Amino acid sequence: MDEPAGYYCYCFDIFWILKFEKLGFKEFCFKKSLFLFHFGGASCNNCDIEILDCLTPRYDVERFGMQLVGSIRHADVLLVNGSINKKDKPRLLEIYRQAPKPIIVIAIGACGCTGGIFAEGNTFAGPVDKIIPVDAYIPGCPPKPEAILAGIVKLLNK
Amino acid sequence: MLRDLFYYLIYPGFLFVAVVGGLLSFFDRKITAWVQFRKGPPLLQPFYDFFKLLLVKETITPAKGSKMTFLLAPVFSLFGATVSSVLIFLPLLGIKTGFTGDVIVIFYLLTIPSLSYIIGALASGNPLASIGASREMKLVISYELSFLLVLIAIIIKSDMSISLYDIINAQQPANAFIGSVSGVILFIVVIFCLQAKLGLVPFDMAEAETEITHGSFIEYSGSAYALIKLTKYMMLFTLPAFVVALFMKGFNFEGIGILWTVLKVLAIVLILTLIRNTNPRVRISQAMRFFFVWMNLLAIIAIVLIFFGY
Repeated sequence: MDEPAGYYCYCFDIFWILKFEKLGFKEFCFKKSLFLFHFGGASCNNCDIEILDCLTPRYDVERFGMQLVGSIRHADVLLVNGSINKKDKPRLLEIYRQAPKPIIVIAIGACGCTGGIFAEGNTFAGPVDKIIPVDAYIPGCPPKPEAILAGIVKLLNK
Repeated sequence: MLRDLFYYLIYPGFLFVAVVGGLLSFFDRKITAWVQFRKGPPLLQPFYDFFKLLLVKETITPAKGSKMTFLLAPVFSLFGATVSSVLIFLPLLGIKTGFTGDVIVIFYLLTIPSLSYIIGALASGNPLASIGASREMKLVISYELSFLLVLIAIIIKSDMSISLYDIINAQQPANAFIGSVSGVILFIVVIFCLQAKLGLVPFDMAEAETEITHGSFIEYSGSAYALIKLTKYMMLFTLPAFVVALFMKGFNFEGIGILWTVLKVLAIVLILTLIRNTNPRVRISQAMRFFFVWMNLLAIIAIVLIFFGY
C-alpha cells in the first residue's frame, strides 16, 4: 500500500464532498459507482481468485461502491487477467467493442501486464495493451488483493 | 390539474417514492453487507449508481431486435411503478380517499413493471434475455394467483370493501389484520409474493447473475438500465408500503406514530433482505410448485379461517 492517506480517504464519506467540488457531478458519480466486469484470458486462475478475494468480507470493495456484474453492458471497468493468446484476442476485442463507453480497462497480473512467463510463447498474442487501450496496470503473480485495491484507488485519485 | 400533476410527479408520486426507495435500497445493501460481515456501501450509493448510469454511460441498442420496444419498455415500467405508487400512497398518507375498487386497479398496475421487463427482454434479441423473460413469465403466472388470493382474503376480512382507504379504516378501531391467525398466514404468503415480485434471491431466476448473467436485463446499458434501477428502487418502497396498508393499519403521522410508520416499512424490508440473504436460488419449477401448491393452499386455509372468524 503506497498511499495510506489516499486509501483512508475513500473510507470516509466526508472527504468525498471536498472531491465533489473539484470533479463535477458526472465524474463524481462515475468514480463513486464502478461496476466491474471480469475477463479471464488463458489464466492460471490465481488472479481470478485474488480478484474475487476483493469482494470478501476482509477487503470488501463494495465500500467504494464497486460491484461485480455479469454482463459487459453494465460494466464500467474491464478487469483483464491472464495471458491473451490467439484464441482469446478476438473475444477480448469483441467484449471491448460491446462495452458501453466510457470504460476503464485494468490489466491485472504479470500475464496481463507484460505476458509474464508466456511472453515468448508460440500462441501468445501480445500483452493486453497491444490489443486494447489500458488505463492501469497491477503487476504481481498474482497481485495481492491489497495491491488490486491500491491500484484501483490510485486510478480513481488520478 | 396542477394538483394532480403535483401528486403524480412530486409528493406521493415519483420523486418522493424514488428518493425513499433509493434509501431503502441502501438499507437493503447495508443489511446484506452486515449479514456477510462486510462494511457495506455509503449512504447515497443507489443514487450514485442511478446518476452514473443515467448521465455518464452510453446507451447501446441491440443490432438485431426492436430498438423502439427495447428502449420504451423501461419507460413503461417506470410509468407503472409511478401510477401504482400514487394510487397506494394517496389513501395511505391520508391525502385523498381514492375510489371504490382501487385495490383491483393497484393489483393490475403492480404487474406492469414485470410485464415491461418481459417485453424489453424479448425485444433485445438476446438468447439469455429470452430465457430470463420466459422465467419471468412463469414466475408472474405463479405468484399473481397467490397475491390475488391474499387480496381477496383481505377484502373479505374488511367486510367486502374494495377500496384501500376503507381497508385501512377497517383496521383502525380494532386490531390490525396481522394480529389474527389468518392475518399471520396471509402475511407469510404476501411476503413470499413480494420476494418474487421484487426479484429477490430465492426467486431471482429471471435475472440470475451467475447462470444467465442478469437474464432479462443483459442487453440494457446506460440510461435505459438507469430507469430499470429506478423502477426497482420505487417498487422496493411501494410494495412494502402496500403490505403495511393491507396488514398493519397503514401510516400514522401523529407524534410517536412517525416512528412506528418508519419501523413498519423497515421491518418488512428487513424480512425481505434476511430471506434473500439466507436462501439459495430455486429452480423455476420449484418456484412454480411452491406458489401453486403451498402458497395457494395457505391462502385458501386463511380464507376458510376468516369465514370461521379467526
